Amino acid sequence: MRWLDRPAGDTQITHRQRLWLYALAGIIMVLLVAPTIIVIPMSFSASQYLEFPPRDWSLRWYEHYLGEPEWLAATATSLKAGLLTMLVATPIGTMAAYGLHVSGHWLARWLFILLITPMMVPVILIAIGVFYAFVQLRMVNTLFGLVVAHTILALPLVLIVVGAALKSYDFNQELAARSLGASRLKAFLTVTLPQIRFSVVTAALLAFLTSFDEVIVAMFVSGGDNSTLTRNMFNSLRDQIDPTIASISTIMIVVSSTALVLAQLFGRSKS
Amino acid sequence: MTAVDLEPNADDLRRQGDRERWAMLGLASPAVLTVLVIMVLPVGWLFYLSFIGESGGFSLENYGRMLESKAYGRIFWTTFEVSFLTTGICVLLGYPLAYFFAQLPRRAAAVCMLTVLLPFWTSLLVRTYAWLVLLQRKGLVNTWAIDLGLWDEPLALVHNMTGTLIGMVHIMLPFLVLPLYGAMKAISGDYVRAAANLGAGPTAAFWGVFFPLSLPGLFAGSLIVFVLCLGFFVTPAVLGGGRVIMVSMQITTNIELFFNWGAASALGVVLLAITLGILFAASRLLRLDAVLGGGH
Repeated sequence: MRWLDRPAGDTQITHRQRLWLYALAGIIMVLLVAPTIIVIPMSFSASQYLEFPPRDWSLRWYEHYLGEPEWLAATATSLKAGLLTMLVATPIGTMAAYGLHVSGHWLARWLFILLITPMMVPVILIAIGVFYAFVQLRMVNTLFGLVVAHTILALPLVLIVVGAALKSYDFNQELAARSLGASRLKAFLTVTLPQIRFSVVTAALLAFLTSFDEVIVAMFVSGGDNSTLTRNMFNSLRDQIDPTIASISTIMIVVSSTALVLAQLFGRSKS
Repeated sequence: MTAVDLEPNADDLRRQGDRERWAMLGLASPAVLTVLVIMVLPVGWLFYLSFIGESGGFSLENYGRMLESKAYGRIFWTTFEVSFLTTGICVLLGYPLAYFFAQLPRRAAAVCMLTVLLPFWTSLLVRTYAWLVLLQRKGLVNTWAIDLGLWDEPLALVHNMTGTLIGMVHIMLPFLVLPLYGAMKAISGDYVRAAANLGAGPTAAFWGVFFPLSLPGLFAGSLIVFVLCLGFFVTPAVLGGGRVIMVSMQITTNIELFFNWGAASALGVVLLAITLGILFAASRLLRLDAVLGGGH
């Protein structure tokens, strides 16, 4: 255990003197991850009460989930809304990030602030505003309405992630392509985009998750045949602790960890 | 050539430059239009509705109710209480964690950082559900604590303030740790080494040099957490069990149960005003762009 007495930082502090910090950080890291992870084995429990560790293993809560048309329809809606939000928010967000970055106009700064306000305005206010507007436009409970509403929530993330990538990108490369005869669009697609593609992919994944995980707006503007998974989950959580939710949670954890792994893989290859 | 000959050319260039600046700005128009139509217009309409009384004319009754009614006072008090406590606990837990990450070599830090990123990317509803399962009367926490002899009777850990705070701290912690870690990484080790060279012990070097330098990051992180807490809905609704009523929940009740748009809008407007007020005050103290990671 000689490493304990070696200096641990920029001062003469040793690892031994820092043990409390390591222990505290360890506990916090476990507390951050454990609650989510523990749901996974619980969802395979055979009992009516969620046990850990489960005494008997079974797939009954998954069967329950798959046997319920309502849950399946909600899953389909959530996936559709997530994908569509991603397909809308990523291109228009990237276009906006590019335009605002390149244009030296004084308005650009203000438009940027406008586009990231959905992140600062309390979601509940956006939710009831959108609900009110959709009631007038007869767009409540439509997939289209849900996607448009989720798009504005995803835009700030796309703008920030892609904007940061554009800031560290050397624009002379695009200028070189254009001076050699490429049109602006071609120069962007063949020179700039390939270099910021990792950030664009991260932004797209974030946009998907923003919609897939969103509860409050979905609570107001999705319903009937177009009810989302999160809306149904939230409603059943208010009543009782249904073990089926554990199996759905496990599926959602798999979806978001896949997104995280993808983002890490793409992000890693940048450097 | 003389300067006179060049002038038309310069004019042309300037006009072309202007046109290009506008064209590039135009690329943002789909996004800008969407935000204007889907967010700004409806929220503006709510602002208008909040000044319409039950008689249908202009009235301040929706705001007056907030000042008079004890119930509303309690809701605002609860909202601030939850937000302050959550932010405070996040600072106490998040600072050591971010400091620990900042001291690690880059590769190890990236791996440890996954423990912050995984919950950050996991659905908020799933995490709230996990805590509901763990903290219930016959849940894992009570069972294990009784087995270990920490307490004898199952404690009420959920459907109250305790459960709400546990869930909210868990959800908000990444929002504090991520910007704080970034700020700590930006502090050059030279400062602390210089302090050590000049005779400061580890404690003195930390409190005298490192901590003050990390304050802007800590401030930015706490600000994000506090502002997000103010508008929180899902976690208090599920883990508070009806005992913790925050502003956003009252807004929902006003609409779902009472169809009272005026009252709901007024609450929303006050919530927005408080949020923007805090962000504005903070932006005077530090550059907000740096906090949000954008801007030019």
